[in-house]
Amino acid sequence: MKPTNEMHLRFLSVSSNEAFARTTVAAFASQLDPTVDELCDLRTAVSEAVTNCIVHGYRNTIGMVYIDCMIYEEHTIQVKIKDHGCGIEDVKQAMEPMFTTGGEERAGLGFAVMQSFTDRLKVRSKVGKGTTVVMEKDFSPRPRHHG
Amino acid sequence: MSVDLKLKKDELTALLDGEIDHHCARKLREEIDEAAEHIRPRRLILDFSGVNFMDSSGVGLILGRCRLMNLWKGRVTIRNVPEKLKRIVSLAGLSELCDLEEGVSVENETDE
Repeated sequence: MKPTNEMHLRFLSVSSNEAFARTTVAAFASQLDPTVDELCDLRTAVSEAVTNCIVHGYRNTIGMVYIDCMIYEEHTIQVKIKDHGCGIEDVKQAMEPMFTTGGEERAGLGFAVMQSFTDRLKVRSKVGKGTTVVMEKDFSPRPRHHG
Repeated sequence: MSVDLKLKKDELTALLDGEIDHHCARKLREEIDEAAEHIRPRRLILDFSGVNFMDSSGVGLILGRCRLMNLWKGRVTIRNVPEKLKRIVSLAGLSELCDLEEGVSVENETDE
């Protein structure tokens, strides 16, 4: 299926870009007229994925984070968030709630939040190559005014 | 993001404001811990009334403070969690680790 609109971002994996990334994706998504709650869910899920790239993907190094946003059928947004960092050895384990390699201050809930706050989540990862997270969120149809 | 710390008797209240993510969690942690380690309060109250965004870094912040307070058998209270943050708080099962309070007005008086 061809997207009806798309947007692409690339930025350095520095933590001050976490707010930039989630705010920018939410601004792009707002053309679909989502509810406040739906937009908040998307912001939270994007924040988790981008934080993962910065904290886990690139760890103590700095690399590039890529975001591709696609809009389908005027009510679904797909957000692909990619890094060329260290990759995940065991994706299934990484996705278990409370599992973390991030130390005491990390809750280990990143993937659980992405799963719970979006409608579909796919994670592809290769050790030494990087990780790609694809999330999709369907916004509820709302009456629209044309003209 | 900012935090305003208030001490009343042996209760330390941290009034959080703005957005809590991984970027700002460290600064918040340092400010809260510096005061808490010095005072060793019986109760640490994290007041979320002014927080309009939080991801799982906020949950990590809460969990870390629970561990800290445990060192001297203190308790953490999470106060006034806005409606839109409740899902993330319940996802983490935080109600088992700390006390949840609602509808408590933010006090302006200080007792230092």
